[in-house]
Amino acid sequence: MDIRVENLTKRYGLQKAVDNLSFEVKTGEILGFLGPNGAGKTTTMKIITCYLGADSGDVKVGGISVNDSPEEVKKHIGYLPEHNPLYYEMPVIDYLRFVAQLQGVSPEMVNERIIEMINTCGLKGEQHKKIRELSKGYKQRVGLAQALIHDPSVLILDEPTTGLDPNQIIEIRELIKKIGREKTVILSSHILAEVEATCDRIMIINKGKIVADGTSEQLRKQAQGDELLRVAIEGGSRDEIFTALQALPSTALVDFASETQTVFELQSKPNVRSAKAIFELCASKGWYIGELTPIETKLEDVFREVTAK
Amino acid sequence: MKAIWTVARRELSSFFDSLLAYIMIVAFLGFSGFFTWIKGADIFYVNQASLQSFFGIAYWTLFFFIPALTMRLIAEERKTGTIEMLLTKPISEWDIVAGKFLSTLLLIVVALVLTLPYYITISTLGDIDHGAVWLGYLGLILMSAAYISIGIFTSSLTNNQIVAFLLALFIGIFFHIIFDVISSSLTSVSGGVFYYLSMSNHFESISRGVLDSKDLVYFCSIIFLGLFGAQMVLVKRK
Repeated sequence: MDIRVENLTKRYGLQKAVDNLSFEVKTGEILGFLGPNGAGKTTTMKIITCYLGADSGDVKVGGISVNDSPEEVKKHIGYLPEHNPLYYEMPVIDYLRFVAQLQGVSPEMVNERIIEMINTCGLKGEQHKKIRELSKGYKQRVGLAQALIHDPSVLILDEPTTGLDPNQIIEIRELIKKIGREKTVILSSHILAEVEATCDRIMIINKGKIVADGTSEQLRKQAQGDELLRVAIEGGSRDEIFTALQALPSTALVDFASETQTVFELQSKPNVRSAKAIFELCASKGWYIGELTPIETKLEDVFREVTAK
Repeated sequence: MKAIWTVARRELSSFFDSLLAYIMIVAFLGFSGFFTWIKGADIFYVNQASLQSFFGIAYWTLFFFIPALTMRLIAEERKTGTIEMLLTKPISEWDIVAGKFLSTLLLIVVALVLTLPYYITISTLGDIDHGAVWLGYLGLILMSAAYISIGIFTSSLTNNQIVAFLLALFIGIFFHIIFDVISSSLTSVSGGVFYYLSMSNHFESISRGVLDSKDLVYFCSIIFLGLFGAQMVLVKRK
């Protein structure tokens, strides 16, 4: 099932939490939702899951509108809210049964689904414990299990790995990847590496608006613009090499990258590559290249750049 | 309908798991038993085979106990955030409110069923008006239902259980006695209105053995208004 968000706006008082937001998530896609705190990620997710209503605009899940038939939409969505609220006094298995019944899983299927969820989410040893007694990582698994109990085609996960230790984060991430193969997933997170590792597509929002959208490579390229190289040339003096590099026709800017060594950062002119010219320069002067590496923009830089405004 | 029952069953098991149900039942039986059989204008003093004195005491005990049962119903879910989990499931706000109402009412019915030995004992002591006894129980159930729905409404307003409890008592005390006191000092139409609003008048007329549609309408209206209000508060979250 695909998700189509159309001109969504939601105000809290005078402030717009979500500002005329439109995007689409294709069936089977895992979308990573990034943004600083208060950017409108959670609000958008709450509107998609019908917990909140929009001031204007619409969300269509598999063509069904959240404004017209929320109960129909809710049947197809598995949702893990931000702080993973659970009934702490309930045993895991009772809680899953309760959620299965609420989701309208047919009575003869309920036990089968519970067993499947316990296996998928690795809750076998904990199934009879009360939720209160579980560690944070296991609570998160229970949260995922309840979101998945009715085998929804859309999965909305609001910061599924906050507060977990690195091992747990990797486990939950693997789990999401495994589950996400057949489902449409929207996942929000603060951790950029996580989004990069799990998601097909990344969307960054700021102040309720989309500021970047694409795969992680696309985003990097978009932010990077012109080619940036780190060059180490040996066999000549620093100033000599510096002036020679600066004189190359493809060079826009050269900078020393080290105080003492002959290492430079070289930015090419738009749509030009400098590697060949550098090589020929070295060949003609009798220098040799010690290092030639393209400098990649990190996703962190992209994030900071697009959300700083 | 199925969703209401699912919610109600979870709520009931949470009553019993948290011991709240046992404490409530024991305290209720203790209070009403003590004042019915041992202390005050008790059954032997009246020298009549009737449960009137028990109904009078239960009328007050339930008034205080019910807000204690209902205060957490929605307030706690709001506080812990589980309300978001519930409301994003394919059930309506009404299902949630009605399920919680049903669970508490069932708990009260269980507590009342446990007082049936009083009835059995007294009926062996003399001629008892069976009709009046059953209607008295019906009156207690209707009154409980009315206070439960008020309690659920106040619980939906806040995420602080104590506030929900006090607010329920505050609203309840008007129906319980204040309207009655006002009506006795007023005459003509306004006095009649307050007389009709007072719960004690309706309860007394039922527990005396007279079932009037006027009384039924009264209780059902309060129940409906309370639950409808709670539902509207939940809907308004959007």
